Amino acid sequence: MSFNDYEPVIGLEIHAQLLTQSKLFCSCSTEFAAPDNENTCPVCTGMPGALPVLNKKAVEFGVKIGLALNCKVQEKSVFARKNYFYPDLPKGYQISQFEKPICGPGFVDINVDGAKKRIGVTRAHLEEDAGKSVHQGEHSLINLNRSSMPLMEIVSEPDLRSAQEAAEYARTVRQLLRYIGACDGNLEEGSLRCDCNVSVRKKGTQKYGTRVEIKNINSFRFVEKAIEYEIQRQIDCLGSGESIKQETRLWDVDKNKTFLMRSKEEANDYRYFPEPDLLPLEVSPEKTAQIKKSLPELPFEKVARYQTEHGLPEYDSLVLTQEREIAEYFEAVVLAGANAKVASNWVMGELMRELNESKKSIASSPIKPSALAELIQLIGNNTISGKIAKTVFGEMWKSSKSAAEIVKEKGLVQISDAGAIEAAIDKMLGNNPSQVAEYRGGKIKLFGFFVGQLMRETKGQANPEMANQLLMKKLKG
Amino acid sequence: MKLHTLSVSAIAASIKKGEITAEAVMTAHLDRISKYDGNINAFITVSEKAIEEAREVDSARKSGKTLGRLAGVPVAVKDMLCTEGIKTTAASKILANFIPPYSATVVERLKKEGAIVIGKANCDEFAMGSSNETSAFGNVKNPWNTKYVPGGSSGGSAAAVSGQMAAAAIGTDTGGSIRQPANFCGIVGIKPTYGRVSRFGIVAFASSLDQAGPMAKNVKDCALVLESISGFDEKDSTSAQNQVPNWSEKTSSNVKGLKIGLPKEYFSGKMDADVKARVEETIAKLKSAGAIIVDIELPSTPHCIGVYYLVCASEASSNLARYDGIRYGYRYGEGSERLSLEELYSETRGRGFGSEVKRRIMIGTYALSSGYYDAYYLKACQVRRMIREEFSEAFSKCDVILSPVTTSPAFKIGERIEDPLTMYLNDIFTTSANLAGVPGMSVPVGFSKEGLPIGVQLMGRHFDEQTLFNVGQCIEENVKTSRELPDVIQ
Repeated sequence: MSFNDYEPVIGLEIHAQLLTQSKLFCSCSTEFAAPDNENTCPVCTGMPGALPVLNKKAVEFGVKIGLALNCKVQEKSVFARKNYFYPDLPKGYQISQFEKPICGPGFVDINVDGAKKRIGVTRAHLEEDAGKSVHQGEHSLINLNRSSMPLMEIVSEPDLRSAQEAAEYARTVRQLLRYIGACDGNLEEGSLRCDCNVSVRKKGTQKYGTRVEIKNINSFRFVEKAIEYEIQRQIDCLGSGESIKQETRLWDVDKNKTFLMRSKEEANDYRYFPEPDLLPLEVSPEKTAQIKKSLPELPFEKVARYQTEHGLPEYDSLVLTQEREIAEYFEAVVLAGANAKVASNWVMGELMRELNESKKSIASSPIKPSALAELIQLIGNNTISGKIAKTVFGEMWKSSKSAAEIVKEKGLVQISDAGAIEAAIDKMLGNNPSQVAEYRGGKIKLFGFFVGQLMRETKGQANPEMANQLLMKKLKG
Repeated sequence: MKLHTLSVSAIAASIKKGEITAEAVMTAHLDRISKYDGNINAFITVSEKAIEEAREVDSARKSGKTLGRLAGVPVAVKDMLCTEGIKTTAASKILANFIPPYSATVVERLKKEGAIVIGKANCDEFAMGSSNETSAFGNVKNPWNTKYVPGGSSGGSAAAVSGQMAAAAIGTDTGGSIRQPANFCGIVGIKPTYGRVSRFGIVAFASSLDQAGPMAKNVKDCALVLESISGFDEKDSTSAQNQVPNWSEKTSSNVKGLKIGLPKEYFSGKMDADVKARVEETIAKLKSAGAIIVDIELPSTPHCIGVYYLVCASEASSNLARYDGIRYGYRYGEGSERLSLEELYSETRGRGFGSEVKRRIMIGTYALSSGYYDAYYLKACQVRRMIREEFSEAFSKCDVILSPVTTSPAFKIGERIEDPLTMYLNDIFTTSANLAGVPGMSVPVGFSKEGLPIGVQLMGRHFDEQTLFNVGQCIEENVKTSRELPDVIQ
């Protein structure tokens, strides 16, 4: 049987670390780069008699995330203990939510090959992170800085049908999290982690196949590769008459394959029960409504608005809204008076190129939105040509001077005086008599050559439209 | 003046007036410890700083500083409560060397009122036991008769007070661990309403049941200590915001018109004749003091022991998971053998915990396991809710519930330790207050023919400790007991 006879069924569990100042159940700092075991206290190291106290800011983030994922925010949710032994789990249990999570069912719309697809979100819940084990030969070291860091686990429905869809879903969730400022989405630092549940079934069947979990993948590229590998592995298994075992696997970055972490038999019985040290978490509908009001415009809302309000193509709208900071930059350029489509071109083109090359964030761009708007206006009112504008842009990037200043200093104002342009044309044609002859003899391709020579003659300052018209007239003789 | 016989309020008042010094009071109690505790074994650790802290109280008084409500009072603190800089063992080998870098909120509040921790009281290991025989530091003897147990789990706390080695003690009560030893040792002990006292810094046994409370020679001393340690604590999310009344001043022995409920289920079973007689005498006295006696029902009473042991063992199995030898406490094979992780865990926990603790961890792990959760833990929680509702119902008919504390006075050391089920039945009258979260108090009402103390249990509405203190005060004033505490320890 071949690949095409099967359909993959994929669901993701995304763990997002919340951008709070302190941990989920104590006042220790969440700073990433602290020395080992520096950010710890009796609570997050599981000392006798220490008790958890819930971080209110984390709850607020939890509600925000729920709203951004179109989830029902529950008025009452319950923390539960997930019991298992591991040296980096100081209490011997993780405080999580089990039967009653803070956020109920919701959905995320993703773009797959230009079409919108709705992916169900089963639930999203608050939980604390474990510490970190570092294995060095025969020793293992424990760092508890990460112990009790605030996480939101977002569980999708098994609605994803390809590795690409899964990666796109993960990107979209990350984008939402970053928009609302709940998570920095940094996969390398582990502030966003992804577990993938993958199964395959014969096309046309309804019953799900046996599910395999791939844990802790730290980039979207690996999400895609690991799922692709796993789909093929499962299809090969079934093809050779074997059955899929329910198990947990890990992704080996170097070997480009998944490998067994633990089988179902080795799986823990987590013995979940309600956490008696914490009261049920109550979030009033008023509080949820208040938090909802504080949410920024979300990417999919911006995409729609850019098309209706600014008449931008869908492509531009999608690109500009990838990051909230870029979208806001673009909006500021438009607000400062620039034409939306021109602004979009400049932001997506020159600005992104310069930012990428210099590895700068848009927040630290030397060209502020108002300055870019000014440049765009100079093109609009024919002070400079689009071509000159690129030069001016380069100067602005380097010097942080305004467009008008640069144009003035360098004498780059566009020549829109017909007499002056004609004089330049005459001079240029006089310098190239043989080409003129050839052109007049029928080699009309040479028109481009004359335009280039004219622009060189005028240091690019000739109004391109006028230059074209006048050149045509002169060449006709 | 025999300073060790003084009550908490007398000590604090006399020190404030300058009639006696805190140092003298502390010395008197420390002398009692050195004379008797080798035999009684009420303390696991005696504080080396106690005398110095007493002197600090004296110099504070001399320099005119305002002294706290408990200034200079020597208090024994059960070894379940963390004390900064003082070894805190939970009477377990697994914490035998543990010195916490923080104090329990209860300890902080005691200190704020000027009380001095004289030492850490012995108890059953992780407060799991009813006779103080499960301690890794040896059993405690009953000061009234050293062949008998002091009760448990706060046996050391009870023996320290009744043996006059501390003016008051702090115990913890998960299923009767304050009331039963108070009953066996002839002193007053109160388990406050769940949430009244912060659990921060108290080694957790069963989080939804644990409460700390005072044990002292009389009712007003208990009121005074309880009002000092009660109140919301931001470090304990389950602590209550309720105002803390000024119980010690408001306590009155007037019980006229007060409805005292007698749950028939608590009087229908087998009961020691002396216990029965003392309880009935007490009821008669309360009646003649103007109280109205009403019969009430608590139909789920027979289920309390089963529900209790499922809930407490389940929570304990999780609460005790942190003692794994990784970060603090006992660790098997330290520095010598190379062990796999599983070996490190099983050897550390297998050797560090005593058999009663391991039994409860196993019961609890089983009750929470998938496939058994619904039948055991969940069912227990459902019945617990019923018990709670029955208490609410009962309190619509009466203001306070009176019952025996146990079916018999203290039993002999070694008599029941090999038989866990008989031992668990000790708690038959006391676990309900923890399951329902209501306050419960044990007040002495006399003695058995053998000269062993007998008390009664009072249970009240949530946050109505006042009524318990009032009825307790009335009993103290009207029921003739030999108020003398045991002076000669056999």
